[in-house]
Amino acid sequence: MIHFENVTKVYPTQKRPALDGVSIDVDKGEFVFLVGPSGSGKSTFLRLVLKEEKPTKGRVHVAGKDLARLSNWKVPHLRRRIGCVFQDFRLLPNKNVFENVAFALEVIGKPRRFIRKVVPEVVELVGLEGKSTRMPDELSGGEQQRVAIARAFVNRPQILLADEPTGNIDPATSIGIMKVLDRINRTGTTVVMATHDAAIVDSMRKRVIELEEGQVVRDQSRGVYGQAY
Amino acid sequence: MRAQFVLSEIWIGLRRNLTMTIAVITTVAISLALFGAGLLINQQVSEMRGYWGERVSLTVYLCNDTSPSAICQESGAASDEERQAIQSQLESMPEVAQVTFMTESEAWQDFQDRFSNSEALVEATEEGDIPANFRVQLQDPGDHDTVAGAVAEMPGVDSVSNDQEVLDQFFELLDGLKWAALVVAAVQLAAAALLIGNTIRLSAYSRRRETGIMRLVGASNFYIQLPFLLEGAIAGLIGGIFASGFIVATKFFLLDKVQDWFQFDVTLGMGSVFYVIGVSMILGVLLCTIASFLTLRRYLRV
Repeated sequence: MIHFENVTKVYPTQKRPALDGVSIDVDKGEFVFLVGPSGSGKSTFLRLVLKEEKPTKGRVHVAGKDLARLSNWKVPHLRRRIGCVFQDFRLLPNKNVFENVAFALEVIGKPRRFIRKVVPEVVELVGLEGKSTRMPDELSGGEQQRVAIARAFVNRPQILLADEPTGNIDPATSIGIMKVLDRINRTGTTVVMATHDAAIVDSMRKRVIELEEGQVVRDQSRGVYGQAY
Repeated sequence: MRAQFVLSEIWIGLRRNLTMTIAVITTVAISLALFGAGLLINQQVSEMRGYWGERVSLTVYLCNDTSPSAICQESGAASDEERQAIQSQLESMPEVAQVTFMTESEAWQDFQDRFSNSEALVEATEEGDIPANFRVQLQDPGDHDTVAGAVAEMPGVDSVSNDQEVLDQFFELLDGLKWAALVVAAVQLAAAALLIGNTIRLSAYSRRRETGIMRLVGASNFYIQLPFLLEGAIAGLIGGIFASGFIVATKFFLLDKVQDWFQFDVTLGMGSVFYVIGVSMILGVLLCTIASFLTLRRYLRV
C-alpha cells in the first residue's frame, strides 16, 4: 500500500536530510506506529505519502501509484484515497459536527443524498451519535478528534494517516481514540500513526517503525515504544 | 459541482472583505467608465468622419474686381478663358466627383438663404462680396490636397477653401478627449488589477483553514479556486454595471449635446452604446478574473 525505496529528503534550508535512505513497506490493512523523537522524520514521511513534498532521491509508491509519475492535477485524486488526522484537529469552528464531516464530501462534489446517508453512519462509527448538531467548541478534545477522524474516514480512504492524534488529549481519552482507529483498521483500512505516546504503542502491540535522524533504526512487528527502557 | 456551496462561499468572501470589495468595485467602475467613454467618443468621431467625408467639398473662389488679395489685385478679375481653363482642369481630374459653378449672384443668393435668420449679416453684405466660385465634390475626401494644389496656382483663382481643415480641428479635440480618457482608464485598470489581487489575497488568507482542509480531502484545484475566481469576477461585473450607467450618461449628456450644437444628425444609435457597454463589461470581468487567478497561483499553492 505504501512503498518507500531508498527515499532521501533534503529541505533546501537544511543541511541534514530529514529522511536518509529510508526503505519501508506497509501492506494493505496493516496498523503501523511511526515513532521517534521530534525531527526524526515522521512528519516528512507523512508529507511524502500525501505528495505535499517530493523526495530528493528514491521512489515513493502509494496505493499502487508511483508518485513521481503522478501529475499535479491528479494529486487531489490521490488524496481522496488517504485520510488525515492531526494533533490540532483542524475542524471548522463555524460548522457543527455533521457539517464538518459533510464538508469533506461536499468539496469533492458528492451528491447531497449520499452525504445525508453516509455522514450519520460515520458519526456513529466514531462514537458521536446524537451529537451531530454540536459545534466544535461544545465538544471535548477527545470528541473533537473523533470528528476529525470521522471527516478523514467518511470517504472510505484506503489509508489513514494520523500525525500524533492523541498529542492534545489526556491518556484516558486517548484509549477511546485508539479504539476508534483500531475499528477503522479492522474495516481493512491501512493506518499509519506517528506518535510519541509510549503507553499507547505498548498497549496496542502493533508493528512499530522507529526513525532516528532520518533513518529507520527499528522495524518490528508487535513491537513496543522503546526497547532500551 | 455543488452550486449552492460555491455561491455561499463567494457571498462569505465578498462580505468578509466588504471595504476592499467596495474599493475594487469603485475602481473598476471608474476605469471602465473612462474606457467606455473613450470607446464611445472614438465611435462618434468615426461616424462623424464618415458623415463629413461624403459632404466635404472644396470651394475654388475666383478673382473679381473687389477681391482684396494680392494675387487678384495684380491680375484683375478672372476672365472667361481663365474660368473655362479652371473648369476643364477640375473636370479632367479623376478625384473629382462633381463640379458646380456659381456666379456672383447665385453665390449671394445662396449666402442670403443660409443666413436668412441673421439679418444684420445679410444687410452688411452685397452682391459681389462673395466672388463667383466652383463647388467641387470629391470622390474621396483624402484627395483634397491634390485637387486644391492643382488649381490653386492657376490664373484667376483667388483662394481654395476647404471644409476639412475646420473639421479636422474639431476632430482633433475629440481625439484628444478620447486619448485622455483611455490613458486614465489604463492607469485605473492597472490599479484595479492590483486592488483585486490584494482583495483575493486577503480572502485566501482568511479562508486558509477551509482551503487547507479542502486540499487534504482531495478537492480539485478548480473547486478550491472557483469561489475566489468568481469573487473577483462578480466584483468586476458589479463595477461594470455602474460603469454602464456612466457610459449611457456620456452618450446623452456629452455626445448628444455636441450634436445639438452642430444641428446635424450624426447621433450614435443605442446599438453602439450597447456594444461599448458589452466590451467594457467583458474587459472588467476578464481583468478581475485574471488578476484573481494570478494571485491565487502565488498564494494558494495546491
